[in-house]
Amino acid sequence: MIGHFEHPIVVRSLTKKFGLFVAVDSVSFVVEKGEIFGFLGPNGAGKSTTIRMLCGILEPTDGNAWVGGFDVRREPDEVKKCIGYMSQRFSLYEDLTVEQNLIFFGGIYGLESERLEVRKHWALDIAGLRGQEKVLTGELPSGWKQRLALGCTILHEPPILFLDEPTSGVDPISRRIFWDLIYELSNQGTTVFVTTHYMDEAEHCTRLGLMYGGKLIALGTPTELKQKLSGYTVYEVESTQPLEAMEVLQAEEWVAETSMFGTAFHVSVQNVPRAGLKIRKILEKNGFEIRKVEKTIPSLEDVFIHTVLHQEQNSFHTES
Amino acid sequence: MNIVPVIVKEFRQLRRDKRILTVLLFIPGLMLFMFGYALNFDVKHTRFAVYDEDRSSMSRSFIEQFTTSEYFDFVEYLTHPSQIDKRLDGEQVRVVLVIPSRFSYDLARNIETKVQVLIDGTNSTAGTIVLGYVNSIVQQYSLKIVMDAFQRSGKTSLTIPIDYRPRLWYNPELKSAKFMVPGLIAFIMMVTAVISTALSVVRERELGTMEQLLVAPLSPAELIIGKTIPYIVLSIIATIIILGVGFALFDVTIKGSILLLSCVTVIYLVAALGMGLFISTIAETQQVAFMIAAVTTLLPTFILSGFVFPIRNMPEIIQVITYLVPARYFLVGLRSIILKGVGIEAFWDQVLYLTIFTVIILSGTIVRMKKALR
Repeated sequence: MIGHFEHPIVVRSLTKKFGLFVAVDSVSFVVEKGEIFGFLGPNGAGKSTTIRMLCGILEPTDGNAWVGGFDVRREPDEVKKCIGYMSQRFSLYEDLTVEQNLIFFGGIYGLESERLEVRKHWALDIAGLRGQEKVLTGELPSGWKQRLALGCTILHEPPILFLDEPTSGVDPISRRIFWDLIYELSNQGTTVFVTTHYMDEAEHCTRLGLMYGGKLIALGTPTELKQKLSGYTVYEVESTQPLEAMEVLQAEEWVAETSMFGTAFHVSVQNVPRAGLKIRKILEKNGFEIRKVEKTIPSLEDVFIHTVLHQEQNSFHTES
Repeated sequence: MNIVPVIVKEFRQLRRDKRILTVLLFIPGLMLFMFGYALNFDVKHTRFAVYDEDRSSMSRSFIEQFTTSEYFDFVEYLTHPSQIDKRLDGEQVRVVLVIPSRFSYDLARNIETKVQVLIDGTNSTAGTIVLGYVNSIVQQYSLKIVMDAFQRSGKTSLTIPIDYRPRLWYNPELKSAKFMVPGLIAFIMMVTAVISTALSVVRERELGTMEQLLVAPLSPAELIIGKTIPYIVLSIIATIIILGVGFALFDVTIKGSILLLSCVTVIYLVAALGMGLFISTIAETQQVAFMIAAVTTLLPTFILSGFVFPIRNMPEIIQVITYLVPARYFLVGLRSIILKGVGIEAFWDQVLYLTIFTVIILSGTIVRMKKALR
């Protein structure tokens, strides 16, 4: 087998079953060095399970994976040495001070005191916590906690970094700062594997895997994925009673998909001339008040919903 | 070694957790203080009243047998039979002596006479003990009367056929506190070790930090040893406090070898820590861990180890269960070393059972731990 050593992450038919439930279903992909590889999908899609298998803390039921050239099944201890992992809740010890947390995590990764001192200052800088060393971690705002957690995770400068929904529960500005840090790490050659269910965050990734129901249903750069929707036109509609309006439109043969999008909803159609006008007419006929019908650039969410629906249709056809 | 940062971290967390520290360091001393004084099986200074219808020198001399004894404190003479009930009901006295008007008359004529003794039996243990004291005082007094009578009738030399001289070994003053100290050590160690390890591991899992530890190049053994060492240190400090308080307040000294005491204690501690870790592999939350710990280790250590209640008085089925309580073996050893000052030859079998128990619980824990950590 070639490629295990050239690529930081190689995954082949990786499967995890919990009893009868298949959490991850024969997933395969390769991550290049220095990439920001995103796993996008709703909760329960198998993103965290995949990450935990790659980190060597969950044994795969089937398939193989190599991280940093090491087999996650046979050499989990070697894998652990070359990765940093930040789990969903940025698990720091809230009853320890900022500095004590850094010392602890540096210690368990075996950093000697000189290097620890250097890295500690670096971590304090990226977290914006210089001068706050003696503050209890539990008292920090969540954005700072999250950056400190990232600092703790990469104190030992791992070449591969796993981030499991790193920004859940963090304010938009902190999320922005966080992503700037991720970019910087990636520029310096760190391979970043990140899971998220925020579509806007997914746009930041070099490449994306879409996870749904334990399966990898699409893989590509954000631009490539959006091309899946070429031939489709997406309209953003704002009206009264959007859920009912979506139902009415969905019943129309020429409407491909509808999905909620904030207070508005998206309607995608394939090769329908003057679709905007048609949408307007139907909604007005059914007594909805329309505020806006506008052509829009397809978002990743549209791509995601499109892919999921196709996936379900296909599996429906193959099963019946 | 990666153990050191874990130990340092655990100590730092402990130091910040004032509640746990108080519980582990001050409660043992306080418990000993309270148990030593309150959970006292010694029955002394029982208050008693007398309803004396005879009012003779004979009856006074009889009453004197009680008032001069350290077991009874005289409160008052009752003047009316109705007061008897009132005093007992109101718990002003626990014992009432009723001496009939024929007392001296009958005795002078060598006729058997009757004395009524009313004892408050609410606390059955204390009641039984008081009954014993009353019995022995009355017997002795009767004997004295018989001897006096014999002497008066001219038969000069009369000896009592059996003269028994009881001597209580190991705890001559029959102080409950002496008996409690070893039991408390066993109990406190169980509390510290089980609760702290079970809770500290489950807490890491609850907070999600366990996940972070698992991806670190840290073996389960390093993690577990690192986490338990601070609690071992704490347990040992608590033990020293108990021994210190025991010595200061109740005069309990270690009669036997301190080295032997330390060895047996370490075996027991490892068993307790193993039980704590085992619980941590089962429990999902700290509350559940605490509940399981209370039911499976704390209560049995208190009730089924022979700490407070003697095992031989228990129903047979319960006696069988006591074999699963490690404190049972430890206690025999502790009492032997602290109170009797004997060597390992006197209780080696108990140490052997304790060791077997420890090995079993540790193997079970390691097997469960590997599954739980994965």
